[in-house]
Formats: sequence, structure tokens, C-alpha cells
Amino acid sequence: MTDSKYFTTTKKGEIFELKAELNSDKKEKKKEAVKKVIASMTVGKDVSALFPDVVNCMQTDNLELKKLVYLYLMNYAKSQPDMAIMAVNTFVKDCEDPNPLIRALAVRTMGCIRVDKITEYLCEPLRKCLKDEDPYVRKTAAVCVAKLHDINAQLVEDQGFLDTLKDLISDSNPMVVANAVAALSEIAESHPNSNLLDLNPQTINKLLTALNECTEWGQIFILDCLANYTPRDDRESQSICERVTPRLSHANSAVVLSAVKVLMKFMEMLPKDLDYYGTLLKKLAPPLVTLLSAEPELQYVALRNINLIVQRRPEILKHEMKVFFVKYNDPIYVKLEKLDIMIRLASQANIAQVLAELKEYATEVDVDFVRKAVRAIGRCAIKVEQSAERCVSTLLDLIQTKVNYVVQEAIVVIKDIFRKYPNKYESVIGTLCENLDSLDEPEARAAMIWIVGEYAERIDNADELLESFLEGFHDESTQVQLQLLTAIVKLFLKKPTETQELVQQVLSLATQDSDNPDLRDRGYIYWRLLSTDPVAAKEVVLAEKPLISEETDLIEPTLLEELICHIGTLASVYHKPPSAFVEGSRGVQHKRLAGSAGSGESVESPDAGSAAGASEAPPAVIPSQGDLLGDLLNLDLTPPTTAGPPPPPSSGMQMGAMDLLGGGLDSLLGGDLGGSPAMGAGFAAPPAAMPASFSAPVSSGLDDLFDLGGGVGMPMGAYSPPKTVWLPAMKAKGLEISGTFARRAGVIQMEMTLTNKAMSVMTDFAIQFNRNSFGLAPAGPLQVLSPLSPNQSIEVTLPLNTVGPVMKMDPLNNLQVAVKNNIDVFYFSCQYPISMLFVEDGKMERQVFLATWKDIPNDNESQFQIKDCHLSSDASSSKLQGSNIFTIAKRTVEGQDMLYQSMKLTNGIWLLAELRVQTGNPNYTVCLKCRAPEVSQCVFQSYEAVLKN
Amino acid sequence: MIHSLFLVNASGDIFLEKHWKSVVSRSVCDYFFEAQERATEPENVPPVISTPHHYLISVLRHRIYFVAVIQSEVPPLFVIEFLHRVVDTFQDYFGVCTEAAIKDNVVVVYELLEEMLDNGFPLATESNILKELIKPPTILRTMVNTITGSTNVGEQLPTGQLSVVPWRRTGVKYTNNEAYFDVVEEIDAIIDKSGSTITAEIQGVIDACVKLTGMPDLTLSFMNPRLLDDVSFHPCVRFKRWEAERILSFIPPDGNFRLLSYHVSSQNLVAIPVYVKHNITFREGSSQGRFDLTLGPKQTMGKAVESVLVSSQLPRGVLNASLNPSQGTYTFDPVTKLLTWDVGKINPQKLPSLKGTMSLQAGASKPDENPTINIQFKIQQMAISGLKVNRLDMYGEKYKPFKGIKYMTKAGKFQDLPTQ
Repeated sequence: MTDSKYFTTTKKGEIFELKAELNSDKKEKKKEAVKKVIASMTVGKDVSALFPDVVNCMQTDNLELKKLVYLYLMNYAKSQPDMAIMAVNTFVKDCEDPNPLIRALAVRTMGCIRVDKITEYLCEPLRKCLKDEDPYVRKTAAVCVAKLHDINAQLVEDQGFLDTLKDLISDSNPMVVANAVAALSEIAESHPNSNLLDLNPQTINKLLTALNECTEWGQIFILDCLANYTPRDDRESQSICERVTPRLSHANSAVVLSAVKVLMKFMEMLPKDLDYYGTLLKKLAPPLVTLLSAEPELQYVALRNINLIVQRRPEILKHEMKVFFVKYNDPIYVKLEKLDIMIRLASQANIAQVLAELKEYATEVDVDFVRKAVRAIGRCAIKVEQSAERCVSTLLDLIQTKVNYVVQEAIVVIKDIFRKYPNKYESVIGTLCENLDSLDEPEARAAMIWIVGEYAERIDNADELLESFLEGFHDESTQVQLQLLTAIVKLFLKKPTETQELVQQVLSLATQDSDNPDLRDRGYIYWRLLSTDPVAAKEVVLAEKPLISEETDLIEPTLLEELICHIGTLASVYHKPPSAFVEGSRGVQHKRLAGSAGSGESVESPDAGSAAGASEAPPAVIPSQGDLLGDLLNLDLTPPTTAGPPPPPSSGMQMGAMDLLGGGLDSLLGGDLGGSPAMGAGFAAPPAAMPASFSAPVSSGLDDLFDLGGGVGMPMGAYSPPKTVWLPAMKAKGLEISGTFARRAGVIQMEMTLTNKAMSVMTDFAIQFNRNSFGLAPAGPLQVLSPLSPNQSIEVTLPLNTVGPVMKMDPLNNLQVAVKNNIDVFYFSCQYPISMLFVEDGKMERQVFLATWKDIPNDNESQFQIKDCHLSSDASSSKLQGSNIFTIAKRTVEGQDMLYQSMKLTNGIWLLAELRVQTGNPNYTVCLKCRAPEVSQCVFQSYEAVLKN
Repeated sequence: MIHSLFLVNASGDIFLEKHWKSVVSRSVCDYFFEAQERATEPENVPPVISTPHHYLISVLRHRIYFVAVIQSEVPPLFVIEFLHRVVDTFQDYFGVCTEAAIKDNVVVVYELLEEMLDNGFPLATESNILKELIKPPTILRTMVNTITGSTNVGEQLPTGQLSVVPWRRTGVKYTNNEAYFDVVEEIDAIIDKSGSTITAEIQGVIDACVKLTGMPDLTLSFMNPRLLDDVSFHPCVRFKRWEAERILSFIPPDGNFRLLSYHVSSQNLVAIPVYVKHNITFREGSSQGRFDLTLGPKQTMGKAVESVLVSSQLPRGVLNASLNPSQGTYTFDPVTKLLTWDVGKINPQKLPSLKGTMSLQAGASKPDENPTINIQFKIQQMAISGLKVNRLDMYGEKYKPFKGIKYMTKAGKFQDLPTQ
């Protein structure tokens, strides 16, 4: 007597038969029929036609039958909304049942019926259940709110269920607390800005208490919620850590990992010299190791997260290398992750062990794994310098095995080793060349060609080797073709006499016979370089390459910080920020680690920006050397070396080839002697830069002088807010922009700090504004002359005018900006203080003021309070005057100073104000009158900003 | 939270689906099947797969893939842990967790899944509570149900769900009060060719079977608690007490449960109970290879090593093996090239050995891979880490319970690396 018999009914008229049984008088027969219906439903058969018959069975005292009917309802209510209404009455009745199990069951099922019409009927029962005396019902109802929110968010808000849910966080029962947190977290995901989980020390305390007593799943929800909290200071942070630490010994690995997340995040707040900090570090290692003895799926997720943890805090697991050794029966996905972590943990102390392991792995069967193991050996060489020699000899041993894919992989990594340690291991080139014929993968072929080209002078038959590749040029992949082109050009520059034919051949293959634009472009560039200025060609093609380092495969620090805050989530498995891939979380807020005061690791604080500003980065003042050089050459020589256009190629290929053979070769040979004019110009550059840098202080001194002249009676300059981050690096592929606006000597300026937080150089900056309320537009191009190298910051001042196109923005002082660089175009918006737009001739005549004040209708008057301002009326007046807010008259009535002030905007709008200052009262009142009352709010903000700074 | 669950059998058919929110079309599993096709072995299917709109998180147990579908950010470990819990529950209910068992009990399976998860949130996952809600099917009960028309579904509120000790139901009564504890240790080790240990670690668990009346409060103390520095406890264990006194104090769940699991990894603590001497050689140009393997006990404190099973994946070039075991039987599967030798018990006076020749494919070159040797064994009455229970006391109840403690050591992943 098993349920499998329900699977066998596929006869004709089955539905009809079931219908008859469902309407049977016998209870037992009814139940059997419902069971059959459920079984059909589970295997995906459509039994929705039986809806009315099944719903009829709902009114029963038999709990199992009730449950089965509920199961059915959840599945089909959506397709039969009108019928589903019939069930509502029973639900409402069941919600009042004396048995809490039935009350809970009813409220649970209700939430699963995803029909709009029904939801309205369910609000009342749900409200009762949220306040039920039985915690089991309350906790079920909490989840029901989340369900309802999923169906009809507006309804949930209107009915005030969210507030009830928030109250449940303080419930006496830990299970109810946990479910309330879970429900709120889920709702918050679709409402990124609603601040539903408003965490304060009191709620945190409640959560921590509930944490000890609720179920394992509840603990996960609470821990994940705790991770979003930012403690006020290191003491609070420590006390939370202390209360979370016991969770590390939980049997449920998800609890452990969530606890690790909380600890990793809050640890940032702790001072490093604290004893507790060391204790905590020690406590983190064992649970992470334990995760690796669980099922492989758990191991995989754990390993992905450990990968992040060892990048952030390698000290935690530095002694645990052995647990990451691969077991032969690990699934491949675990093996690959373990390898990755082994390399991250490799250090001088354990490298011998690691290498022995890796060598063992390289003889295994699984191809992917073997490849990665070989690659790992190369990465070890690059990471631990002392081991490089041993790694190279291990790789040579592996090449001797002649296993095809091992050899290819080994060659790819040896290329990297050459780039890290130039002029050290080139003796092995001979061995590599022996394996030339066995290479069939593009990456390996490209690597080998690179090696031959780079070390052409040491390989006697380099030309023959490259020529052999050239024969099948068209069949190669682009990667190999590009590499071959470069290698042959290198060879030509090194041994110009013997290889002319070869280089011509490859150039014509690349430019004439190829469809690939990249290849053609590169071919043309080389061709022109070689034909016009072979010395420059030599400098470009044979330029010294920067050393590679192991950091290339590390996660970018900003991303790493964010991922640490998301340990245990999908983001941590994919190593991508959550905003990049999770659907339905459009507005995920970027989480950052809070740096401790002493760590000095904190980034992008406005202070740091102004500190950099104080030292005045030179590129902002002096044009870059390259341009100076260009200018210099422009003066006395006609063909500029760098920026000038090459001779037009229109003369055809033959011409180019002739050039190449003629002048090109001669000057190449001559260039070696160092007598070329370009070299001379190169030497001349540095002195030329000197006067420019001297001139900078002089001119600014002059400005100061002007400032003095214009500033008589003006004790302070115009107010300019501190710099804020406009464009975070996360959003702009590593470019961070912080900035502010200022009005200096009647000119509006946008002052920005551009910081490159990416790994590559940034160039070609440009800026553009969207139409805005006051027609602000850049008065000139963005002056970033030198390329911005990684981790470099630059200060840029952009003068603005107000003649651009106008469009009303909301808020009025909003400005949308697009910044472009060589990587992409980025958009951000910022708000400027309106005081920047107050012009210098904004002082109105007394009579005009009086007349205008009366003239403007009272509707246009608005009043604001400025709180906590401790300036006398005179001090306020002079401070405001610095920002072009002029005091016209002053009157004192009953100990209250009334200042009448005027200002004028760049677009000619006048603003009149009355500032009331009562001695001894820190609250000022501003009364504004203007024909365009929209600006009042902005003006008021400026008043407040100016007075308080 | 968890949206849907699909159960997929070894041949790639979806034989059960369950949706906790709106219905997700089966076609979402196509991404899973693609990954399954790419994987060389069934266990190599990656556990987290991303698709354009969903994420698939799967576990493979008992040759069934449990594929969970999620739509928003959910901790993957949470999902995986939950799936394992589902499998454990099925096994608990039906004895085995196979496709046939699940199909036979499909209605119970559905009811269970419905109770375990509500809208994707875990609801009741403790076996005690579930069993109160839905009674496990037994032959007797099925018969009684058919005759009397009563059901598997419990009629009362699972009281445990509300108490401060949610893992224990109230009103438990037994005529014989007993508490048994099994200390089971698995040793994972990799031994290199010279006999020295590359890695060795012990995964230990204490499984309990407690059948005590009322609300007993137990304490368990160890002779050498310092061994346990990396432990995971059942939620019933009072952590504070452990931190302070190194004593396990708890109100036990009713029935079978895992009290704690622990991990001993520092090498000097790990004794290796068996050693292997082996010599597997192939000569260049010869179509024969020699195979010579001897086992012996080591550091077993006088306890017998039992149920020994040696297995080794021989190189692909091996056609057959003709070996002579001194005891037990061996088999060689010419298709998978797997050699297994069922040794039985090791007699320290007469060490078991397996000697003979392997025939190779004619003309094939000498195989370059070297076989790894895996060993399984059991040692009764000993915990290899040396862990010993000191005493077990009961408070809160008046009767005298019967107490018992058993030790056992097993080989986990115990490997001997090849000779070269």
C-alpha cells in the first residue's frame, strides 16, 4: 500500500472518475481522491478542472484532508481566482479556530494564494494573527506579511503591516523575532531606501539576545541582519563580536559562515593592538578548517569565501596550508578552488611543500586540473621570489614528460616568469624551442612566439623559427597573428640586416591579406613607424616592459572590501558585487568596511582629498612634459615627433616598402649611435619644464595681490563647501571623482580630485554637462594632460560659465555631469550651492529695495529658521557679504537686529531677504522674497551653509 | 528565499517538483542539464549555477540531484544545508532516500516539504517536530490507516516548537530509561611513499541515542577535553558552560541525534593505525608488471584492525592482474581498472599480503601514472585521538538511567601515495 499507485493512472476519463470520488459521501473515499489529485499535481498533470470539487472538501475537521486541500489551493488559486473566493470564508473562520495549529495553518496558506482579489479579505485575519497570543501563530503571520508584500506591496504599506512587523522585533519569543527579521530583510530587498531595518543599539541588543535562543535558520537571518549594522565605536564592536563568537561552533555551516561575516566586518573597527583582536583572529581559523570536512558542495562555497578571507587577512589561515591539499577524490570544482587558495597562501616558509604537491597534481588525469596545477607553479614562481629557480626546474621537468597539454601550459607560464625576472632564466629557451612543433593551442603558440621575438638576439635561428610560423599565418588565431607580427618586427629591429624580407612579408600579410581590423591597424602602425622613424619604432616596440607581479590576479581592493561585507552570499561565490548580478535589487547599497581609526586604510574621506590638494599635485599647474616637448619642437622644427600625423599612405604599398628599405634602415643604423635629433629633443625636455613650474607661484602671487585689492572690506572669501565624493570608484570602473564648487574672483569654478583606483592607466579625459536650471557649462575643456596612473590623484579646476542651455531641474541646483576617459563614459549628478551664482553687483539701492519688497506679492514670501548659529549680526553680515549677499540696511527693534539684504543671480533674478537676529538666541529667522519663489529653498540652504562655516 | 525544488535522477529526469512561491517552469533545469553534460563525473556538477533569471543550487546525494531554485540573494550555504536536511529527513522517514522511496511516499514527501519550508523560509526542520506533525509511514500504520480511515498527520500542535527547548517534545515517557553515546572517529590521511604522513586529520562525532523520561538535564565530561579545540555542537549544548568548564551540559532531544562533531588536525596528535608496504613496478618493454603489497597494524593500542578493504585504481594500460592474497579475496575490474582486496581482520602475527603480476597491453609503453592505494578499516573500542569520556550525570529527574558509551575508529579518506 504505497502512494506510487497514484502515478499509474493515465486512463481516459481519469478526471471524471476523480470528480465522482471527490463528491462521494464516504470520508475515506474523499480523502483517497484528494490524495490522488495531489499526486497528479506533483508530477505536473493539470488537475485544475477539479477546483470546485476539491474546495468543497475544505470544510472538514480532518486535519490531513484540510492540509491536502490547502496544498491544492495554493497551486491552483491563481488560475481560478473566482473560485478561490469561495475558500475565503473558510480561511477567515479557521483564523479564529481555538487550535493555534489551525490558525497558523490558515494564515500560512492564505499568504500563498497569489490572487489580488483575495488579498483584501485577508488583511483583517492577518492583523489579528500578528497580535495572536500564541507565538507560533505570530511567527507564521510575520512570514505572511512578506508573502503579501510580494503580491501587493502597496496594500501592505497602507495597512500598516510594516510597522507591526517592526514591533515584532521586540517580541518576547526569539522565534518570532527571527522570522520578523527574515521577513523585513526580504521586504527591504525590494525597497532599498526604505530603511525598514532601522538598527540601533537597542534593537541590536534584542537581536543578540534572540540569537542565542532561536533556531539555526533564525540565527542565519539575524546574523545577516547584524552584518548591516555599523557600530558606533570599537567597544560596541567588540561586545557584538564577543556575543557572536559562540556561533562559530555551530553545527550548521551557514550559521558559521554568517558569523564569520559579522566578525570579519566588525574586526575592522577594532584597534590592532588590542588583545582581543589577536584572540579573534585565532578563533576564526578552526571553524573555517572544519567547513572543509563537510560535503563537497559546502566545501565549494566555503572555499570561495576563504579565497576572499585570505586575500583580506592572510594571517588567519597562514599555518593551515595542509588542509587545502587536494584529495584525489575531491570533485573537480573543489580541486580548482583549493589550488587557488594554495597559491594565495604560498610563502617562503611553505613553498617547498606546495611545489611538491603541485608537481604531483601535474601528473593527474583530469586535464583541467593538470593545466591549472602547471599554471599554479608559475604563479608560485612569481609570488615567492626565492622559489623561482625551483619552479622553473620543475616546469622543465614537466616539459620533459612531453604530455602535450602540460608542455603548452608550462610554456605559457614560463613566459610570465620571464617577464617577472628578466635576464635570469633565459638559459632554458633552448629547451622550449625543442617543443615548438607540439604546440597546437593559440595561447601556447603566442607565448612561444613572444619568447622568440623578445629574445631574438639570443636565439641563433630565431628568423627560421618565426618563418616557420609565418607559413600558416592565415590559419592562426588572431592572438597568434598579432604576436607573430610584433615578434617579427622585434626581430627586425634587433637584426635588421638579415630579416628585411621576413618583415616585409609579415607586414604585407597583416595589412593586405587580413580582414581583422586590429591586425591591419597594428600592421600599419609598425609599417609607418619603421618607414618614418625607426628610432622611434625601436623605442616603442622594444620599450622596457613593466614587471608583472602577483597582484594581477588579486581582487581589486574596493571590490574585495565590498565582498567581505557579503561573505556567505551569492556575491561571494561569484566574486562580483551584488549590484552586478542579482535581479530585483536595483538599489543595493554598496557596503564598505569601516576602517578603524588607527588603521590608516580608510579611503576617500574628504580630508584625504584636501590633504592631497594642499601638496598641489604638479600636473594641474604644469602641462605634461610630452606637450612641452611638442611645443618646443613646434617652434623650431616642422615635423613634430610625437603628435604629428604620419605621411599619408595613399601612395600605395610599394611606396611604403621602398621607404622602409631606404631611409628607414639607414636612420635605424645611424640611430644606434645616438646622434638623432629626437634624442636631443628628449634631453632638452627637463630644463624646459623648470621655468613653467617657477612661473606657477609667481602667477598665483599675482592673484593674491588682486584678491587683496578687490577684497577691501571683505574679510572672508566666498563660501565653498568641502569636497564630497560625486562618483565612487565602484561605479566608474576605478575612477573616483570628488569635488566642490567655488566662486573665485567672479568666476565659478568646479574643483575636482580625480583618483585612479583601477589597475590600468587612464587618459583622454573630457567632461560635459546636461542642461540645467542656470545654464551652467564648462568654459573650457577638462585639463588633465598627463595620463593618470594607478593610485594617482590629480586636482583639476574647471572654470564654468552660465551661457549653456537651460532646463529646470529638480532640485533646482542639481547638475548632471558626464565624464569620459579612455575606458568608458560615466554619469553622475551633484548639487552646487546656489551662493555660487550670486554676482558681485548684487547690492540694491535702498529705495529700490523698499519698492521691490512691497511690489513682490506676499505669497512669494517664505520664512526659514537657522538653528544654533552663534554669530553677532555684524559678523553674519560680513560673512554673508563674502558670498555676495549684501546687507543694505540694519534696524534694531526690541533687542532684535533686522538685516535687509539683497543678492542677484547670474540670470538676473533679484532676491530680497530679511534676517532677524536676536541677541542671546541662537536661532535666526530668514525671510525671503523673490519673484521666482522656487529658488527660495536653495537660497536658504546657502544661508545656512555660509553662516555655519 | 528558496523558490522551488526539483528532484532529478541519474538519467536526468525531473521526477518531483515543489514550488513555495509562484511556479517556476521546469525549463529552468535545462541550465542544470547542460552543466551535467559538461561534467565528466556525476559529482563534478558545480553546486551553484547562474541562469539569466535564477540561480540553481544543487546537491548530489544517493544519486539524486536536489536542485533548488532561488531568485534573489540568498546565502548559498543556507540553501545547501537545507537541502541536506531534506535528504536526512527523507532518509529518516523512509529508511532510504531513493527515487522509488520518494515516489512511493509522494504525498508524505509533499507534506514534509510543505512543513519544512514556508514561502522559502525554513519552518520545522527538527526531526522530532516533524514526526509529531506528520507521522512516518510504517507498514502497520498504513494498514491501520486504511482500515480505520485515520491519517499520517498529527492532530496536535507540535509543542516543542514553542518551548525554550524546541528540540525536545514534552511529556516523553519510557519504561526503560537509557542513554547511549557512540564516539566515532574517522581518520583522513595521506601517506607518502616513504611512509611519512603528509596530512592526517581526524573527524570525530559523538552520536547519541537518548530515551529518557521527562526533562532530563545531562552533563558529560571528558578525561582529556583539551583535545577538542575545534568543535561544532548541537544547539542543545550550553556553550557558556563548555567555554568555562569544558563540560557538555544539555537537555537532550528525544531519540537519535548528533551531540557534537569535532576535528583534530595537529599532526603530532594523530596516530596512524596501519601501515602499507607496497611495490608496484612496470618495466620498460615488458608486458608484465609486479605487484607486491603488505599491510600491518601500527599504534592500535592492542585493538584489532577489522573490515579492512584495500582499493587501487590501476593504470589504464593494465589488462589483467593475477595476484595471490594471503587472506581474503580480491577482484579486478578490467573495465574500470579498479582493484579491490577485501582483507578482513589483520592478524599481527601473520601480516596479510597480496602479491603477483599484472599483464599489460602488448606494445604499450610503460604507464606513467602510479596508482594510489586507498584503505578502509575499522577499529572497535578505540578512539584514535585518545578521547575518553570521564562520566555522564543526569539531573532533574529521579530515576536511574542506563548509560553506555562505545568507541570506534574508521578510515575516512585514507590514502597511500604511489611509489615511483
